[in-house]
Amino acid sequence: MPIFDIDFETMPREGLEAIQLRRLQTTLERIYATVPFYKETYDKAGIKPTDIKSLDDLRRLPFTTKQDLRDNYPYAMFAVPMEQIVRIHASSGTTGKPTVVGYTKRDIATWAELMARSMSAAGATNGDIIHNAWGYGLFTGGLGAHYGAERLGASVIPVSGGNTKRQITIMQDFKPTILCGTPSYILHLAEVADEMGVDFKDLYFKSGIFGAEPWTEEMRQELEAKCNLKAVDIYGLSEVIGPGVSIECVEEQKGLHVFEDHFIVEVVDPDTLEPLPYGEPGELVFTSITKEAFPVIRYRTKDITSLNPTPCTCGRTHVRMNKPTGRTDDMLIIRGVNVFPSQIESVLMETREVAPHYQLEVDRIDNLDTLTVKVEIDETSFSDDIKGLQAMEAKLSHDIKEHLGVSARVALVEPKTIERSQGKAVRVIDNRKL
Amino acid sequence: MMAEQISIFIENKEGRLAEVTAILRDAQVNIRALSLADTTDFGVLRLIVNDNDKATAALKKEGFTVGKTQVLAVEVTDEPGGLNKVLDPLCEQDVNVEYMYAFANPQCKNAIMIFRFDDIDKAKEILAQKDIKVIDGKELSGL
Ligand SMILES: [Zn+2]
Repeated sequence: MPIFDIDFETMPREGLEAIQLRRLQTTLERIYATVPFYKETYDKAGIKPTDIKSLDDLRRLPFTTKQDLRDNYPYAMFAVPMEQIVRIHASSGTTGKPTVVGYTKRDIATWAELMARSMSAAGATNGDIIHNAWGYGLFTGGLGAHYGAERLGASVIPVSGGNTKRQITIMQDFKPTILCGTPSYILHLAEVADEMGVDFKDLYFKSGIFGAEPWTEEMRQELEAKCNLKAVDIYGLSEVIGPGVSIECVEEQKGLHVFEDHFIVEVVDPDTLEPLPYGEPGELVFTSITKEAFPVIRYRTKDITSLNPTPCTCGRTHVRMNKPTGRTDDMLIIRGVNVFPSQIESVLMETREVAPHYQLEVDRIDNLDTLTVKVEIDETSFSDDIKGLQAMEAKLSHDIKEHLGVSARVALVEPKTIERSQGKAVRVIDNRKL
Repeated sequence: MMAEQISIFIENKEGRLAEVTAILRDAQVNIRALSLADTTDFGVLRLIVNDNDKATAALKKEGFTVGKTQVLAVEVTDEPGGLNKVLDPLCEQDVNVEYMYAFANPQCKNAIMIFRFDDIDKAKEILAQKDIKVIDGKELSGL
């Protein structure tokens, strides 16, 4: 398979590391001068950008967390004036306030470059037609893939999410050859296609690029069998750039190459925060070294995985991260949307009608993630009016959709029926087998 | 004049209704009438019993959510059109029935209908004008 940027993607480690150090130093100098958060944090830690003389010195720098980004909502982490910002994206956070990220013109070009590399790694060329089923909007998936496909010179169909039957008709008529989307949605789409009597073998796909939610090897086998294509995993998060931080190559489909000329990746022990050697699982941490508008230094992703330095048959020299296996927090990803139990709690508290005894139950029904929010009824919220109780369920469901952007079924349950372990309510029951 | 009904929130789970009636049995509470309104997830059980306080205490002790609602218990004569005699004058004056259920008066052939009206005071007034017998809570408990 062709490699989009052969020089950088197959660069020997010594050269790559020299570039990383130079870019890291430049980034640090710049953010120390322009972002008050970094200056204050580094001053407090007694460290100056000039103290970073080797890649190993990176571990001396403090971490950046989601909380730090939230404290600087919306624009205080931007390292350039607004005149240079050309795009804003956002992702949901624990308190209802999203995390806002900005891009300069060059950042958008960098991101498009990384997505073009990713699509190449999945086997795409400028001759391909890309069916992009990631949502277009504040979420980085849709537009990220869109610009990457154009950078590659491929033809992109900006389908976005939803309207599954129309998507299938487009697949039949427009003959796309590369499929992008969240894996659970694509499995759902495959089932709808099956009901419509459409066989993927009669379609034209060769590869599928799936991500924005965790998925397993079993799901890969199912996706490949049902959709008749090669499935590769893509990883990214808006705080770092969006999709295109790392991707599997179609040759091995075993671990995601991190684009190390743009990001320095570490895995740290979530308790001691000490960097771990290759192969040991821990929390994934990224430092961006080429971004202008929104650089992050040692950003803690809360994703758990390990790194694999073994040379890859595809020729790329960039280290691979294994598929993330879990999270250090209680974040759920439902149909690509990040959901924290605390967000649901604040919606429930706002209505003041129900006690904050609740439980989230996540299932995968017909390959589509469904969220049920069970809420215990109490004397103040109970009335013998069935319509009133149903209206309460409907209102809560509406408010959750409004605040979190995710559809949930709300079910009132009897008091004290939500399982409590050692007095503490069990907030999440995830029945999806991941 | 008014009667008090107790209502209980129950999830649609197998055997839940039987649990409620068993709790009442063990508390020596006699059920006069009962109606269950349900949705796919949950139901509201409405009860007329001989001792509301005893019933409420026993159910709460077992963790149930219990509510109280004012209803009217109306005797309906055992003849064609008996129910219309009650409903027509109310309907004419725009009093609406939210729900109703019935049981047989053990002392005679007539039925007793339990009504929940959207405007209970107006309903009471109209029924009094029409000389329709409304049974008060005490009499109801003693039946
Ligand atoms: Zn590879």
